[in-house]
Amino acid sequence: MSNRSGIKKGAPIEFDAEFNTEFNTTPRARRPEPVTESRPVRIVLITVTLVFLLAFLVVPLAAVFQLALSKGFAYYFDALADPDAWSAIRLTLLVAAIAVPLNVVFGLAASWAIAKFEFRGKSLLMTLIDLPFSVSPVISGLVFVLLFGAQGWLGPWLEAHQIQLIFAVPGIVMATIFVTFPFVARELIPLMQAQGTEEEEAARVLGASGWQMFRRVTLPNIKWGLLYGVILCNARAMGEFGAVSVVSGHIRGQTNTMPLHVEILYNEYNFAAAFAVASLLALLALVTLALKLLAEGRLKQDSHATVRAPAMPSQSMPVRQQVQQ
Amino acid sequence: MNLSSSEVAVATRSARAGFSFRKPSALPGFGLALGFTVTYLSLIVLIPLAATFLKTATLDWPHFVRAVTSARVLASYRLTFGAAAVAALINAIFGFLVAWVLVRYQFPGKRLVDALVDLPFALPTAVAGIALAAVYAGNGWIGQWLEPLGIKIAFTRAGVVLALTFIGLPFVVRTVQPVLEEFEREQEEAAACLGASRWLTFSRIVFPAVAPALLTGFSLALARGLGEYGSVIFIAGNVPMKSEITALLIITELEQFDYAGATALAVVMLLASFSLLLLINTLQWWWQRRHSNSRIQARPRAAVAEVLTS
Repeated sequence: MSNRSGIKKGAPIEFDAEFNTEFNTTPRARRPEPVTESRPVRIVLITVTLVFLLAFLVVPLAAVFQLALSKGFAYYFDALADPDAWSAIRLTLLVAAIAVPLNVVFGLAASWAIAKFEFRGKSLLMTLIDLPFSVSPVISGLVFVLLFGAQGWLGPWLEAHQIQLIFAVPGIVMATIFVTFPFVARELIPLMQAQGTEEEEAARVLGASGWQMFRRVTLPNIKWGLLYGVILCNARAMGEFGAVSVVSGHIRGQTNTMPLHVEILYNEYNFAAAFAVASLLALLALVTLALKLLAEGRLKQDSHATVRAPAMPSQSMPVRQQVQQ
Repeated sequence: MNLSSSEVAVATRSARAGFSFRKPSALPGFGLALGFTVTYLSLIVLIPLAATFLKTATLDWPHFVRAVTSARVLASYRLTFGAAAVAALINAIFGFLVAWVLVRYQFPGKRLVDALVDLPFALPTAVAGIALAAVYAGNGWIGQWLEPLGIKIAFTRAGVVLALTFIGLPFVVRTVQPVLEEFEREQEEAAACLGASRWLTFSRIVFPAVAPALLTGFSLALARGLGEYGSVIFIAGNVPMKSEITALLIITELEQFDYAGATALAVVMLLASFSLLLLINTLQWWWQRRHSNSRIQARPRAAVAEVLTS
């Protein structure tokens, strides 16, 4: 193994050094045919990929809209105007409106502490923040039932004070916060780490208050990353099914979110109505993807402008390797 | 060991100062930010999870063993782990292919295809479940072509694999893609100039460099598949002993108010996914230590994948 990596690291350096001097004036000549596949192979691979994605992604997505409209537009809008559907839509928006801002505040605090300071136990803290990702949605709901449910740790106390958290809106909000917990923090930590602390330190030296520094320096630097995290967090908050299903109690018109309403309609064999509500969620997904694409593009520009450019003066690989060695 | 008085003074001072565990910094807000982070993390994640584990401690051992090893539960483990593994394997193959085609080739609509790969992240699982069930049912758009061939997907175990493949695809693509993008083509050029065939170059030069990312993607897809619920229940059929996943069993026990049984199963699943997480981290750590070359660590978009693991 060590021998092979020796060849990998050592040999191309000499080779490329010659290569570069010869071809620097005509960069296109550096991508000759031998390093790609023959045309038939390329066509076959592209076709297989597209057919796979068509069968797995495009056809199901198209089916949602086709089945939603299978009984005509009038039926479609009736299904959406149904009072139960309306209350599900309102509840979904409410839950997202509580969960997303809370996780944004958390994400900002966590990334500020983790990215801008050095302290002991940092990697443990980062692992703990990631924890909800490795917990099944069903279990994410279950933990709150075990804590606040009738048979849970705090159940008797809550019952004595007539507070109902489980099978009610607060339980849904908590479960949603749990499953969307790491999104914003995960997005901001690497970005803020890459940006370093110099700009904020300069702001402080120039006499900015903590708040001024955050608002004028930090926030503009991270805005696209923040938007990116918010978009992902929101999509998950509105679409969460497993965790919410456990804590909701499925009371129509009261504790049903949109995904749960889809399930109820589907289990009643009211497919057209189920797909009508589902089509709203699918639209949300498409909007999410579009915004994500936008944020991703801007994010790339930002990190190129602030991070990449000074760190990598040359795109040429031999120079980079020699610098490292 | 004789400490001078000044050393003792320094030690006590730094012990008395609350933040002796961090490096000094000119930036404000550390105490507030960390305090809020730890409090919020404890309230939302740590205390509820700890309560779940504590709840298991109140079960008696024979009951626990019976709850997690009954025939129906064992059948659900086999399906859950088996289907998640098969789906992750399918994703490893096709996810690699998708990443390869997106990085290396040019074709019309490439940007659209690239964006579409994230669809399983963005589409609510319940919607994915009913859509897949509708498309792959015997009378569905794709199912009607498969049924004459004797292939039934919806409402069988194959349906579980299908749903988990849908859910897991972006994990592999988004971990492999950045590594392929960063891969230095000069190495391939060198191999070609030295007379290696295209296949030899791929299998000896390119694949070894991408393998760790592929393994990470596989594990992420596997971890996600183990816990998945929403998309699977609509397409699985949910027949006990045959097409019933463990997550559904937990729900079933909860609905019968068997909290102890549900907790026991949850703890088994939690331990399984935590071990998997530990394995992934160990593998990555091990790989990064062996290849301190920056190209493996440069995985900006892998953060996206990790973001959506659950």
